Amino acid sequence: MNLTLSPEHEEIRRLVRNFAEREIKPRAAEIDQRSEFPRDLVDRAAELGLMGILIPEVYGGAGLDHLAFAIFIEEVAKHCASTAIILDVHASVGSEPITLFGSEAQKRRWLPGMAAGKLLGAFALTEPEAGSDAAHLQTSARRRNGVYVLNGTKTFITNAGQAGLYVVMAATQPGRGAAGITAFVVGGENPGLKVGPPFAKMGLNGSPIAEIVLQDCQVGEDDRLGAEGDGFRIAMRALDTGRIGISAQAVGLAQGALDDAVAYAKERRQFGRPIAEQQAIQFKLADIQTGVSAARWLTWKAAARCDAGQPFTRDASMAKLFATDMAMSATLEALQVLGGYGYLEEFPMARRVRDAKACQIYEGTNQIQRIVIARELAAAG
Amino acid sequence: MNFELSDEQRAIQQLVHDLCIESVEPRAAEIDAKGEFPWDIKDLFARHDILGIPFPPEYGGVSGSALAVVLAIEEISKVCANSSLILSVQSLGSLPIVLGGTDEQKRRFLPPLASGEKLAAYALTEPGSGSDAGGMRTHAVRHGDTYVLNGSKTFITGGSVADTIVVFARTDRDGQGEARDISAFVVEKMMPGFRVGKLEKKLGIRGSPTAQLFFEDVAIPAANLLGPEGEGFKLAMRVLDHSRPGIAAQALGIAEGAFAVARRYAAQRKQFGKPINEFQGIQFMLADMATAIEAARMLTYAAGDALDRRLKTITVTSSMAKVFASDVAMRVTTDAVQVLGGYGYLRDFPVERMMRDAKITQIYEGTNEIQRLVIARELLKEAG
Repeated sequence: MNLTLSPEHEEIRRLVRNFAEREIKPRAAEIDQRSEFPRDLVDRAAELGLMGILIPEVYGGAGLDHLAFAIFIEEVAKHCASTAIILDVHASVGSEPITLFGSEAQKRRWLPGMAAGKLLGAFALTEPEAGSDAAHLQTSARRRNGVYVLNGTKTFITNAGQAGLYVVMAATQPGRGAAGITAFVVGGENPGLKVGPPFAKMGLNGSPIAEIVLQDCQVGEDDRLGAEGDGFRIAMRALDTGRIGISAQAVGLAQGALDDAVAYAKERRQFGRPIAEQQAIQFKLADIQTGVSAARWLTWKAAARCDAGQPFTRDASMAKLFATDMAMSATLEALQVLGGYGYLEEFPMARRVRDAKACQIYEGTNQIQRIVIARELAAAG
Repeated sequence: MNFELSDEQRAIQQLVHDLCIESVEPRAAEIDAKGEFPWDIKDLFARHDILGIPFPPEYGGVSGSALAVVLAIEEISKVCANSSLILSVQSLGSLPIVLGGTDEQKRRFLPPLASGEKLAAYALTEPGSGSDAGGMRTHAVRHGDTYVLNGSKTFITGGSVADTIVVFARTDRDGQGEARDISAFVVEKMMPGFRVGKLEKKLGIRGSPTAQLFFEDVAIPAANLLGPEGEGFKLAMRVLDHSRPGIAAQALGIAEGAFAVARRYAAQRKQFGKPINEFQGIQFMLADMATAIEAARMLTYAAGDALDRRLKTITVTSSMAKVFASDVAMRVTTDAVQVLGGYGYLRDFPVERMMRDAKITQIYEGTNEIQRLVIARELLKEAG
């Protein structure tokens, strides 16, 4: 056991921290207020080589591991959770299915553009009637004259409208449940793909989330990832990495909230001394700090197990569940430390509370994570 | 970064695990019910070198790694918190010598502790001085080559069975000074004037004697002073930085033990025609327990690893592990009783004992409130 970061991982942390402090932090409030997709920050992340963080070097990526990925997302999320989710979806569920399940030709076709930040990734599994019960999705893919024709509606799609490609799950054998699902890559320019208007939502305003409608959307056989019927497995594997990303996002949100709360508590004076000298405040800060540390360890452990080729589904679910519940309580408690000022949108704390809520819901609600964990516990005997 | 245990760590874990399943678990209920110190378990641990884990080989031990101690305490605590205290107190009572003693003192005191021939204890707390050392009354006055010790200590774990006790006492003349006037001494059981007072009756850890100790003109050779005079409080605090991961490990083990019982029970117990672990109400409880345990394990191992690597962060990592793991142990054991329902409340099952034992981990070696102060202090210092 050696729980210290390697010099390479320290270097990534330094690089992303600098980028986030200098370029993301000053933009975060306006991205939120204007519901603006931060194209400039995506481009800058590409210049820094971060858009291909998990993509192997032969396809133009950085070829780094999932621990580096988790560090990257945490540092971004400290200042802007919208930007973090855009980059996370791209790097995990948006591109990793191609890296892991694509043919050599498919990897050569899509990954270099994704690594360069020219093709932003998205992942389309959820449907209006198939959220947590993903195996019963309705979108169909019918094979006709060497092409597949996709029909159906996907919803809650992060990066919708901005993505250059979508990893789409559709039923090639409707009625067969998980065994009938197949994964396809649909280009953002495909005329059969229509993107709805971005949803108005509580938080993550810089990250467009919308419905996409597939209407007689034609894709070739060479756009299919893996074999017919592999789709559910591909989706579940993608979500395992996705959950590491969400855990890291939650850790970043909480760490950012803690940093601001500590700074405020030292400055703010009441009853003749800084409120940091009051135990009521100290205990809140101590509990947030402890929760953040525990969540970070769970996240890093899931990442390390993934990198070592070990099973990590349960680890990723535990990290996601713990880190996101922690982030919700930590951001609320940190807001409380700031009192009335915390409630104002002038400061980033209110935004963090709004953003943190999403983490408990997406990439599998925390209720689904508990079911995943309980199922693994029962299976382990 | 590498989360895997080394072969040596795994071997220690396995050895302790096997021994505890075979010989400790069958005794656990009885140890609690009788409220007696389990001398047989102490002998068993001595025979298998488990009491040597906290000590490096040059002083007769087998490891000296903080993480190894954590792993061993965790394994014992899964089946019997009382028995785990034999090892954790041996470590706690020896740490002032390990950290503050001269080579000569280590050679003199440590080998019989490493072999388990003698037992150690750590005597800091007094009736008027718990978390606040400023109220300490026990004092030692130097006469030539001897210190004369007077006073009393309370809440001393293992105090009635220990042979070698590290006692903290004021060495200032007027008794008005601050923490800087405290010194640490090795007191041996046979020294005249040393007396064990009453043993406390407690909610849990009933097989681990908690004693009052009295010192009446106890003459201690100056050679038993640990570190420089007046540096005792600093040493006491350093010792707690090193020992808190052991309490975290104990809490972690108690939680794991209770969770294992709850999980097994939930798979077997049928209601409404199916095992209760098929109901979401139970599934969610088990998932939350397992997740909290995993989080506690990470903080605890990280604290052990930080100690072994002598990182500067050990004060805060140790405190975080202790506060988090002990709060988890309390919650998990309470939920385990709940999963077992009425049966959980009965002495026939171990979870009610585990719940009673868990409570102490939130209190001793610095209450969890003190841990939060320690963490906050470091946090505010660091950012400033």
